Amino acid sequence: MKILVAVKRVIDYNVQIRVKEDGSGVVTDNVKMSTNPPDDNAIEEAVKIKEAGKATEIIAVTVGEEKAQETVRKALAVGADRGIHVKVDGTIEPLAVSKILKKIVEKENPDLVFMGKQAIDDDCNQTGQMLAAHLNWPQATFASKIEVNDKSLQVTREVDEGLETIEVNTPAIVTCDLRLNEPRYASLPNIMKAKKKPIEQINASDLGVDTNPRIEHIKIEEPPKRKAGIKVASVEELVQKLKNEAKVI
Amino acid sequence: MSVLLIAEHNNKDVKPFTLNAITAASQIDQDLHVLLIGSKSDDVAKSLSEVPLVKKVLHIDHEIYENYIAENYTAAILKHADKYSHIICSANTFGKNLMPRVAALLDISQVSDIIKVISPDTFLRPIYAGNAFATVKSNDEKKCVTIRPTSFEAAETTGGSAEIEKIDAADQTENTKFINREEIKSDRPELGTARIVISGGRGLQSGENFKLITDVADKLNAAIGASRAAVDAGYITNEHQVGQTGKVVVPDLYIAVGISGAIQHLAGMKESKVIVAINKDGEAPIFSVADYGLEADLFEALPQFLEELNKLNTIQK
Repeated sequence: MKILVAVKRVIDYNVQIRVKEDGSGVVTDNVKMSTNPPDDNAIEEAVKIKEAGKATEIIAVTVGEEKAQETVRKALAVGADRGIHVKVDGTIEPLAVSKILKKIVEKENPDLVFMGKQAIDDDCNQTGQMLAAHLNWPQATFASKIEVNDKSLQVTREVDEGLETIEVNTPAIVTCDLRLNEPRYASLPNIMKAKKKPIEQINASDLGVDTNPRIEHIKIEEPPKRKAGIKVASVEELVQKLKNEAKVI
Repeated sequence: MSVLLIAEHNNKDVKPFTLNAITAASQIDQDLHVLLIGSKSDDVAKSLSEVPLVKKVLHIDHEIYENYIAENYTAAILKHADKYSHIICSANTFGKNLMPRVAALLDISQVSDIIKVISPDTFLRPIYAGNAFATVKSNDEKKCVTIRPTSFEAAETTGGSAEIEKIDAADQTENTKFINREEIKSDRPELGTARIVISGGRGLQSGENFKLITDVADKLNAAIGASRAAVDAGYITNEHQVGQTGKVVVPDLYIAVGISGAIQHLAGMKESKVIVAINKDGEAPIFSVADYGLEADLFEALPQFLEELNKLNTIQK
């Protein structure tokens, strides 16, 4: 069984986001970038399945500018076998990414495609479901547990009401929740080895996919600031304030 | 053209977030139709027809829709999409799972999780966990939009009398099977809609200590939330998680106890009307969003808090 894992390069989750003064976006110059956190869970799960003898090959794929390759290299360092970097500059929307990934799936014929449930930059939560739609494959989104059977998966999904379990036939798309597993760190020897693993570069334009954005970003601004609060000295004071000043209890 | 809203329900009742999404949808276009896809769901159709903002209910009732499966819902929605300018649903796990599948098949770039309707094609939405707001304009002819429910009031539920039109089922997928759903039943208000939320973090140190939170929640008739750290540590189950990848809550009062205030947690609660932080670390980032901060050991402060609440003559419910 072959698993394709899609990863995205985003501003590191620990970085305090700063909005550009001209309203054109957020500051990315000299800002630490890393793999979108739930994409790490997607890679980890694929590696675990391979270690359990249920997968033969893991391919990590990313869509983005030159430096996006770093996320593929990181995936190779924790256990992916080879990488694909689809090069495209500028903003690319989930719809276009899903069309590009469809082309890659058609070329590679994986049995499973894993990715994070949401990217922490645009917070869209779309790509996996869109890819499933284009391929007419089943989708198991927000997965916190995956059981691999012969021709199907049993997936536990994190939903608003609690947990839902579904069974999907393979080939299938799974989008991964942060609770799925604990991603491992790459060891130094594995980082060195990863440098020798192949990454195929493809230009998005060669795939015949229209990547022009359909959504115009008119303005990016800082959210309204909360007015500064106060520190209270005691529990009594807190309760009095809540009762008499905020009038919420 | 009219707008089509996809209802979330359990075949008996409309889920509350659908009512918030109805309000948002009606701001896009007042000719609002609701698509109800269910099984033995006549009661839901009736409830929806009584929502004054709803002009028409399209009702598909078939046993294949007993459980919500995105693939089956998508097929049903696509049969009717061409008559509508917008397809809309709530941006909770229901709509997040469903809408992109619909959008992709219509070749539409979806606008996710809007918090404001600026015009029928322009919306405000948070990005980077709410650390930036983007004003976006969709240039697709037809639009697929999901609504952050807590940013819109719930629609009135009585007084309307919309027509209910019965329509046929679509094809069923062979490739996805519903197995089960573990719903956690609780007498407490729901986290997403509660007027007061009290949340615990890693500072609680154990699942048993969450009883300190529960006691106060009982007194205030509050819902119980948690940081991701507390959920990951196993102190409490996942449906309590508030944050970027958990639930977004906007209660009148949010009490954060033993929560440091990681960006990801703030994303889920910082729009709350009044925020209280109780934390022994005076430098914790949670204090930067708190209206009232109490720098104290939660193991002393929470029992005292309960005691003070007990002294009050009345507590708003």
